[in-house]
Amino acid sequence: MSILIENISKHFGQFQALSPLSLDINEGEMIGLLGPSGSGKTTLLRIIAGLEGTDTGRIKFGDRDVTNLHVRDRRVGFVFQNYALFRHMTVADNVAFGLEVLPRKERPSPTEIKTRVMHLLEMVQLEHLANRFPSQLSGGQKQRIALARALATQPEVLLLDEPFGALDAKVRKELRRWLRGLHDELGFTSVFVTHDQEEALELSDRVVVMSNGHIEQIDQPGALYASPNSRFVFDFLGNANVFDGKVENGKWHNQQANIVLPEGAEQKDGQLYIRSHEFFVSREPTAQANLPLRVIAINPIGAEVRLELTPIDWQSNDVWEIDLPHKAFDKNCFEKGQTLYVTPKAGYFFANDAQKPTLLSWEK
Amino acid sequence: MSSSKSSSGQHQLRVGDSPLVKGLLIGITLLLTAILLVVPLIAIFQQAFVEGAAHYFNSLVEADTLHAIGLTLVVAALTVPINLVFGVMLAWAVTRFEFPGRKILMTLMDIPFAVSPVVAGLLYLLLYGNNGWIGSWLYDQDIQLMFAWPGIVMVTVFVTCPFVARELIPLMQQQGREDEEAAVILGASGWQLFRRVTLPNIKWALIYGVILTNARAVGEFGAVSVVSGNIRGETNTLPLHVQLQYEDYQAAAAFASASLLAMIALLTLLLKAFIEWRQERSLKIEAEKERQVTQ
Repeated sequence: MSILIENISKHFGQFQALSPLSLDINEGEMIGLLGPSGSGKTTLLRIIAGLEGTDTGRIKFGDRDVTNLHVRDRRVGFVFQNYALFRHMTVADNVAFGLEVLPRKERPSPTEIKTRVMHLLEMVQLEHLANRFPSQLSGGQKQRIALARALATQPEVLLLDEPFGALDAKVRKELRRWLRGLHDELGFTSVFVTHDQEEALELSDRVVVMSNGHIEQIDQPGALYASPNSRFVFDFLGNANVFDGKVENGKWHNQQANIVLPEGAEQKDGQLYIRSHEFFVSREPTAQANLPLRVIAINPIGAEVRLELTPIDWQSNDVWEIDLPHKAFDKNCFEKGQTLYVTPKAGYFFANDAQKPTLLSWEK
Repeated sequence: MSSSKSSSGQHQLRVGDSPLVKGLLIGITLLLTAILLVVPLIAIFQQAFVEGAAHYFNSLVEADTLHAIGLTLVVAALTVPINLVFGVMLAWAVTRFEFPGRKILMTLMDIPFAVSPVVAGLLYLLLYGNNGWIGSWLYDQDIQLMFAWPGIVMVTVFVTCPFVARELIPLMQQQGREDEEAAVILGASGWQLFRRVTLPNIKWALIYGVILTNARAVGEFGAVSVVSGNIRGETNTLPLHVQLQYEDYQAAAAFASASLLAMIALLTLLLKAFIEWRQERSLKIEAEKERQVTQ
């Protein structure tokens, strides 16, 4: 079922949790709401569910206007961050709950409820735990039971609040893949909230990046990564190093450091955002750039080696991170405390007066 | 030698751990408990049986005493359900809703604990007595509340009203509203939500609150004595009856009645201990199960 959100806004007392925002979600889509805490992503999710009212705007599920419809009648599935399993009921009773509270006319017979519960438990591969209590389950198991419970009434919309937040990295990865599979198989429309960019990019059909109660950008994961359209999205997606430069004689300067403007770049002051893998590394400055940095940490991460660096005789707010393939690292044998020079291959430039970046490349 | 041993960390004393302090504190506590609590309790039963067991049972089946016992039980039987419902509503309101005056309500709730029961009784007399603001109107309608059993129930309800809510509020605050939100999203109606999710979650705290309410309702003296009028065989509750018998120089009979109250108190404590033990055990079992799962 498609979800249409039109001009929704919400405030709690003096605090504007959501500025008027609109969002179209297609049938069968999986949408990730990504943002830091306080960005309004959970509020938006709770408004879609009906757990919070809105100050303005409308919400439609398909053709049905649900803005003033009670939570109970919206018939969405919702998975809470802390699962909210009923602690005094067995796993099977938890999953059966949504069916057992149906009005008598719609309620399946007890035997049918039993069959459906077992089917749901098979789907989440936990049928052997039917008679356990929630306190006897691990975090990942609780999460899957919460999902089975939410899906018992066959909702067409599934909402998940930080679904993998409380799990360890390995379980999280497994569950992510499993949820994606389930989504594709059953075809419901899903919206999930996360503050983990990797999770959002891996799981979503489209990612909605939020900050301070409004939407910064809506895009497919690939497009979002290739062209973040604001400083916030760049900062939040991470892995970018920022060079704050003043233009002079065809170069951006920051104290002793400088970068030559590539062809087609505007002659303006501003910030250059360069991703951690878009660099050459050398022991001397190059004709294109003079960016001296000191190595403060060397971390091997999977296929790459990550160097953490601090500027020498120029200013940057954050530590710089540069990823090198093992080969390039081994050839240079860098050590902690050593000075090295980096040269950008490509980057995104935000002029001081601009909201949106221009893509720059030094390679022909 | 010994000093080297203590500095090696084997017998490091913590603050207040000196044997003298420890012995003194435990000794004084035990002594005070005996003098203030245990001896009087034993004395009640000793005094009750001072003229023999036959006299004890005879004084209990005396008409006025039986009536006092009956009235006390009726008052408790009315008070407990009223405050059970009221306490659950109050706890629900202050933990689940935000509204202006919520904090003030939570403070007001404790007035019956803060104010002397005699004052409460006087206030009710002032309001509902035949010359009172509301009472004079009720008198014209031929309804008498004060110096009759309804007045006794009213002040007892007042005095015992915080017990249930005070047991529930911290628990409901700690459990949060997520369970309830989950139930409503799954389609539960208000009543289904309460019966199948909220009630099981607060069950033991609720029972505990009821036990305390009952104990206080049975034992209340001050407020009741102001509004009851002490009409023997009509508006006398058991605690009032004890005083009346004592003033009539029927010491043994007074103590026999008092022993009933003492037994109710002991029974209450036993029940309370049992429920605490159950709660602790279920927590322990949960922790144990959780440990097994993580292993």
